[in-house]
Amino acid sequence: MSTTTKPIKTSSRPGRSLTILGLILVSLVGLVFLQDTKSLQLGLDLRGGTSVTLQPRIAPGEEGSVTSEAIDQAVSIIRQRVDSLGVVEAEVTSQGTGTSRQIVISVPGDTGRRVVDLVGQTAELRFRQVLASGSGFPATADAAATPAAGVSAELNAKFAALDCTKPESLQGTSSDLPSETLVTCDRAGGAKYILAPAEVLGRQISSAAAGLDTQAGSAWFVSLEFDNEGTSAFGALTARVTSLPEPTNQVAIVLDGLVVSAPRITEAIPSGNAQITGSFSQLEAQDLANVLKYGALPLAFDRGEVQQVSPTLGADQLNAGVLAAGLGMLLVVIFTLLYYRALGFVTVASLGVAAIMLYTLILLMGQWIGFTLTLAGIAGAITAIGVTADSFIVYFERVKDEMREGRSLRTAAETGWLRARRTILIADFVSIIAAVLLYIFSVGGVRGFAFTLGLTTLIDLIIIFLFTKPALVLISRSKFFNSGHPLSGFSPKSLGLVIAKES
Amino acid sequence: MSKFSGLGGRLYRGETSVNFIGRRRRWYALSGFFVLLSIGALAVQGLQLGIEFKGGSSFTVNTSNPSISLARDAVEEAGVTSDPIVQLVGTDKVRVQTQALDPAFNNAVQDALAAKFSVSAADIDTQIIGPSWGKEITRKALYGLFGFLFVVMIYLTMALEPKMAFSAIVAVVHDVFITVGIYALVGFDVTPATIIGFLTILGYSLYDTVVVFDRVRDNTKAISAASTKTYSQAVNLAVNQTIVRSANTSIVAILPVAAILFVGAGLLGAGTLKDLSLALFIGLIVGTYSSIFIAPSVLAQLREKEPAMQALAKRVAARTSTPASGSSAVVSSVAVANGRGPRNQPKRKGRK
Repeated sequence: MSTTTKPIKTSSRPGRSLTILGLILVSLVGLVFLQDTKSLQLGLDLRGGTSVTLQPRIAPGEEGSVTSEAIDQAVSIIRQRVDSLGVVEAEVTSQGTGTSRQIVISVPGDTGRRVVDLVGQTAELRFRQVLASGSGFPATADAAATPAAGVSAELNAKFAALDCTKPESLQGTSSDLPSETLVTCDRAGGAKYILAPAEVLGRQISSAAAGLDTQAGSAWFVSLEFDNEGTSAFGALTARVTSLPEPTNQVAIVLDGLVVSAPRITEAIPSGNAQITGSFSQLEAQDLANVLKYGALPLAFDRGEVQQVSPTLGADQLNAGVLAAGLGMLLVVIFTLLYYRALGFVTVASLGVAAIMLYTLILLMGQWIGFTLTLAGIAGAITAIGVTADSFIVYFERVKDEMREGRSLRTAAETGWLRARRTILIADFVSIIAAVLLYIFSVGGVRGFAFTLGLTTLIDLIIIFLFTKPALVLISRSKFFNSGHPLSGFSPKSLGLVIAKES
Repeated sequence: MSKFSGLGGRLYRGETSVNFIGRRRRWYALSGFFVLLSIGALAVQGLQLGIEFKGGSSFTVNTSNPSISLARDAVEEAGVTSDPIVQLVGTDKVRVQTQALDPAFNNAVQDALAAKFSVSAADIDTQIIGPSWGKEITRKALYGLFGFLFVVMIYLTMALEPKMAFSAIVAVVHDVFITVGIYALVGFDVTPATIIGFLTILGYSLYDTVVVFDRVRDNTKAISAASTKTYSQAVNLAVNQTIVRSANTSIVAILPVAAILFVGAGLLGAGTLKDLSLALFIGLIVGTYSSIFIAPSVLAQLREKEPAMQALAKRVAARTSTPASGSSAVVSSVAVANGRGPRNQPKRKGRK
């Protein structure tokens, strides 16, 4: 019946495992100093800032579907726009897989709103001849009765009813098909227009720059240069309209469905250069020039989520996260010490080593792959304390089981390991599968949760193999533990062996 | 504590044995009741979805003198016609929630609030959710759910046994169902963080079940016609042997989650920490229950249907001249009758 006499091969070398772990730790810490990464890369929810998640969709009237290439292209255009603004540490990433990706733009500090407003613009620029114009208010009955020449009654009614003072009229982009007539407002909401189909498109612009017209005081403008195709189209358009009566001699410059300006064309412009004037501020002129220079986005975007976190809230959340981590760790330490007595110190030391490893890895990940620690990430790490501590529990309980069969602690530390190892590997692997899938299928800040959960589970595997097990083997050689001291956690009483003898 | 440790020894040797498997009808009835209650709550009350799912805007102003009426005035001035929800958060915050607004309106509300409370616009915590956003995250969460179940099913089939994989998945689906039901019943807010919490429960509950099943497999590896225990009895012994571990693990897992919940709900009021930890907290409790009571019972029931196991059960019954899957007294007597050696079951070669 008894298996006590079975010889157990104790081939394990705890010293070697601990040395390997020591080397790993030293090289991690060394890397941290070598790369000079002293501070954590904190997410916007911990230090304040704005993040926008854009959901790509097909622009109205366009054919086809959202392609992966189009998303990549959009990401690089948005990135160029953000960079051109000179905002430090702004980030543009796409999250998710394939065509179901979202684009996430994160801007630290308080420049958020300007960046958000700018980068999300499709920036579809068009030049259209003006067919009719009026003030921004809904037309009175008599104005509606005089239809503009060459315009259908239906469009005219739409034009008459349009109220440019309402914010929803200033959304733009909704129905700006280049081949169709457009009824829209100007950007300030002060005027409305009926516009002919577009004749020159934004992609025919080869460069754009902001400039200051010193003669007209501080009037900022954006100068454009067309490519060959654009030059001839623009030349033809301007040549045709110069001799026409008001307001049909105006050419409207339409950005994302709204009129930026509608200059009167006094002479044909065959040179391929044009200027957009309007009441631009310096910032607006520069932003517009940048947007035009880097081209229109290949897709339209819905703003899925906009989140602005003030520095106050960021600091609060950081403190809360650190506090929760400390409290969670403390509770686990108290419990394991109460239950496992001196053996609990192995757990505490293991958790300590795991914490150091996690911290250095997060520091390094911030440097290598731009990983930022978010509140959800902290929560993931705290949750993983449970997974980590559980590996120890599985192992220790197995060792106790082996001792109940009459094995010495020294032997049980080895035989128990063989059985516990398998369980721990399978269970941790399930945890890693969960983390990987969560990472793939979640959006935004919560991805950090999956990341740290997975990372910590991996660390757990390293720790239990290279620290906890060798540490237990080492202490199993000491008299204190081997003799079953009441405080060791391996006393006959705590194993339930005393009762067994009595019964 | 030491008493408890002593209990661990008795449980291990099968002296003290709780008949989990034999009383499975009781656990099934209990779980069935809760699942029905969950379905009822979901059907009648539904889930309290956060603005992330419905679309809408939320503005939180940090100010030394928060005022609900001032905030209402600001929203009205910005030209928002729908009635906003305005509430005080703590002593230095006021939160305004509106329906989904156009970007222009969002900026207007933010500016109006900044002006009214004389703070800078950057000091207002804003969350703006587009109307179609909820659909997008729900779709992703569902993909995640099914992807996870599928991958884990395959993995556990390979690592353990097909019927174990199936039983584990049954238990996991049970956990998510009851947790979601509790959310519907109590009316907790469901946010994307909550969904992540739900998905994490999947992993955790499975993790727990895997440890129990691994022991079951150990105990039943050498099960054969000559065994003295039925499959159910072997499973029951495994559950009893791992119950100390299960209890410890659950405590160790729940302690940090409780810490997050305490800090998140107590200090921050609302947000990612609270939503995540609340879902985990509830799910961990349900998950511990299912990995002890539901998953092993389902496994035992599935395996007992096999002809070989039925034949074994008959033989064991004849040997002990009592019904095979009888009361707890039977199980204990079997364990005692077979002597003290705990692993007498799988290790027949030791019995010389």
